[in-house]
Amino acid sequence: MLTIRFDEQTSLDTRLVGGKALGLAQMTQSGLPVAPGFTVSTQAYFRHLEESGLRRRIIELLADIDHGDIHALEAAEATIRAWFDEGDFPPAILAELTDAYDDLCERCTTHNISVAVRSSATAEDAKGASFAGEYDTFVGMRGVEEVALYIRRCWASAYTSRSMAYAWKNGIEPSEVDMAVVVQKTVNASAAGVMFTLSPLTGDRSRIAIEATYGLGLSVVGGEVTPDRYVVSKIGLDLVEKVLGEKAIEYLDGTTVADVEPARRSQYCLSDDQAVALAKLGKTLERQHGHPVDIEFAIDRDLPAGSNVILLQCRPETYWSGRHAAASAAPIVNAAQAVIENSLRHLKH
Amino acid sequence: MSKKRFDFFHEVAVPKGAEGWEKMYPYFLVPQPEGRDAEDSRLWFADSMHWSRAVHPFDSIGAEAVYLGVGVNSTRSIALPTSLGLDVRVFNGFVYICPLPIEDPEEIGKRAALFGDRAGFYFQNWPDLYAKWKEKMQASITRMEGLTFEPFPEFEPEEVIKQGWGKSASWQVIENYHRLVDEFFLIWQYHFEMLGLGYGAYMVFFQFCKEAFPEIEDQTVARMVAGVQGIMFRPDEELRRLAKTGVAAGLGSILSSGKPVEEVFASLDASEAGRAWAADFEATRDPWFNYFSEYGFLHEQKTWNDDLSIPLQGIARYAVRLMAGENIDRPIEQLAAEQDELAGEYRALLNPEEAKRFDDALNLSRAVFPYIEEHNIYVEHWSHSVFWRKVRELSRTMVTIGFFKDEEDLYHLNRFELDQALADAFQSWAIGVPPRGAAMWQEEIAKRRGIMAALRATSITPAYGIPPDEVTDPFAVMNYGVTTERVTEWLGANDAVDGQLLKGIPASPGVVEGPVRIIRHENEVADLQPGEILVAPITAPSWASAFSVVSGVVTDIGGMMSHAAIVCREYGMPAVVSTGYASSRLKTGQRVRLDGRNGTVEIL
Repeated sequence: MLTIRFDEQTSLDTRLVGGKALGLAQMTQSGLPVAPGFTVSTQAYFRHLEESGLRRRIIELLADIDHGDIHALEAAEATIRAWFDEGDFPPAILAELTDAYDDLCERCTTHNISVAVRSSATAEDAKGASFAGEYDTFVGMRGVEEVALYIRRCWASAYTSRSMAYAWKNGIEPSEVDMAVVVQKTVNASAAGVMFTLSPLTGDRSRIAIEATYGLGLSVVGGEVTPDRYVVSKIGLDLVEKVLGEKAIEYLDGTTVADVEPARRSQYCLSDDQAVALAKLGKTLERQHGHPVDIEFAIDRDLPAGSNVILLQCRPETYWSGRHAAASAAPIVNAAQAVIENSLRHLKH
Repeated sequence: MSKKRFDFFHEVAVPKGAEGWEKMYPYFLVPQPEGRDAEDSRLWFADSMHWSRAVHPFDSIGAEAVYLGVGVNSTRSIALPTSLGLDVRVFNGFVYICPLPIEDPEEIGKRAALFGDRAGFYFQNWPDLYAKWKEKMQASITRMEGLTFEPFPEFEPEEVIKQGWGKSASWQVIENYHRLVDEFFLIWQYHFEMLGLGYGAYMVFFQFCKEAFPEIEDQTVARMVAGVQGIMFRPDEELRRLAKTGVAAGLGSILSSGKPVEEVFASLDASEAGRAWAADFEATRDPWFNYFSEYGFLHEQKTWNDDLSIPLQGIARYAVRLMAGENIDRPIEQLAAEQDELAGEYRALLNPEEAKRFDDALNLSRAVFPYIEEHNIYVEHWSHSVFWRKVRELSRTMVTIGFFKDEEDLYHLNRFELDQALADAFQSWAIGVPPRGAAMWQEEIAKRRGIMAALRATSITPAYGIPPDEVTDPFAVMNYGVTTERVTEWLGANDAVDGQLLKGIPASPGVVEGPVRIIRHENEVADLQPGEILVAPITAPSWASAFSVVSGVVTDIGGMMSHAAIVCREYGMPAVVSTGYASSRLKTGQRVRLDGRNGTVEIL
């Protein structure tokens, strides 16, 4: 149970794999296009914390810390990160990780396949607190050694000053966050981005909003580019709006950034058909989840047109969904009264 | 916006040659010095939906009747809580109207209490009241049909003596003129009897959708409600039907020959099948061709019956398509299914409580919508066609008795002046002298013809006065498409005269590029070439058959709920309404890109 493939049944246990991996497993198992990979489970995280004695040390370090003291938090972050960097995996974890990585290489018929190493916390993605972007993701790791290091870096990201502050703000102890880590084939992305199955601006549930740019999606998530923006109507799947973005840079891999030449900047990075195909996937995912979702995707160069849209992650949308679920509406008992109330409301605006 | 305003009426120069125009209309329709402050402080927008051109003095009766109807219903009968009627002025010959919102909470409360009771009665009894409404309309139409305007004879008919009438039989001309005016004012009160309530009910659904789906297009909301069947489609349906029976009877080539009406009917008369078809055509004319290509607010506007080349042209277009093997039937079942599917999909996105309100509001809207969609047929088409026909009869009589020289003369008098002229004509005839004022009127009419020509040469100004921070009047928004955004754009358009982009209200989705053709008159409809974009002051629903030729529609005014917008959506024709200026800014032949979803017209 230390590593679990997306297509295994146990991959649907959120306590074991965390929110992000759960989403990927659900997508994989319902036939949606997801880059192949596996999850290093929360059990591996616990075992590592126990066997290395890290859990006790972290709890002690954080016991008396002033939650509002930025300098103290930053010092703690550096200390904890160093502890994770230095502490090798227990042999059992390393053995399973090696098997899982080799298996992935085999599935992708590529030696030393490049992978993305991504945090998948169980407190993460809980409705009400999105933890969006609080924990780290690394792209372009190769070989078991490197993958193992970045798995530990993901774990350590539960203790960055920023994520600890966020956890406390939401009433959660950082040490109680259960961190699983997703290891997934790096998408050879010609373009990538984020999709919401509602309008992030207005909460309109009949809209699907897509933001995309060239290269990997890091620059969209990180706000480093103004992406191209597409709005597709959920009903009818018409492209109702598209706005050209700046797209000044692109991530070629996790760390290599290149300028985008002006001619490409002035073109949309997704075709209209791709935007609509994405929206269709978004609609399917929303239906499966039973509520609006927030999706990361990429267009994979290695795959043929028509089936090159890859979903990287799918999480419940938290902000608007809660409001919609709680939205109250009175039935119309008296038509005249409804007209009056409506005209008065109109006046107030 | 508070600083920006349109010109005030009193700041605007009189168009050259139109000096004295204000004397032609009833005094209360034109700006008066004592009303200046109130006029300046409010927004007046052009009602070019009803009067797309400068109106002749007699035709201003429509401006009186329409806004009497709105006023009496909104202000005095159902007591709309947040708005009174629409004030009206004729300025430089065009009709301008002004919404009158109520803001005092106490006043609103008082009216709301009354409205709750009165509107409640209508909503509870809607189908019955609508059935009764149709009867009232039919009765008024029948009464108007019966009015006669016989020329004055040399001697009274025998029954005046033998039946002891003791009064002139020709007094009927005076009486019938009064009755005709009364009926006209009556049908316009009927027109608004249920319309404000209908809009109010629709607004409940509209507003709910806008809040639940903030980015939903107005037209999508309308599509969930709009009827796919109803008498508003009948005139066009009749053209399709006649095209089908004609083609089936082997008359397709005659019908699509493009020859003048008389020649087409002469050719038809040569065969048994042709005569049968012509009889069918004849039987269809009443009531279905009592149909204005525009709305019938100007005396010179023609119904299909007045100009049979219009329906024949429509039949020809359908015949051509049929002979090319096309199916011209409107897929009614499919349209109804699509409509339900659309509503179902939106409903599915809501939580259960919201879905319940959605259903309630949708059902309420669908209950009132037939009235919103069909009332025009009864009022603007059927009643108006009789009204103008009767006015023409009166006009002919006035020419026959030598009061006027030309049948067009009458329209250069307003309805009060015409009453005086009739009194003069009748009394002079009774006394046995020539009409005392005929020469005076001839001189005045000659002058007024010049004024009318000058006014008609002036292009319409969309608005005057100071706009409110927000336009909330339901009629202004729903029917005329005059929204806060539109007013802001009109103001902006004054600054940037060379703008390459016209903005309006998206009325029917789709993007199309092509050359425009400006259509100001229904008789220009025949000029439309395949692929052209029709640009007109208003969209006229009766141009439906032309919609198989044009690729898009752009208008100066009109809202989401204007009958025309509904029909455009129905026919899948990209349309942008309420651009304010398109018909005066664009030129025939100019290429534009029309975006019916974003409501833009870009000059290419």
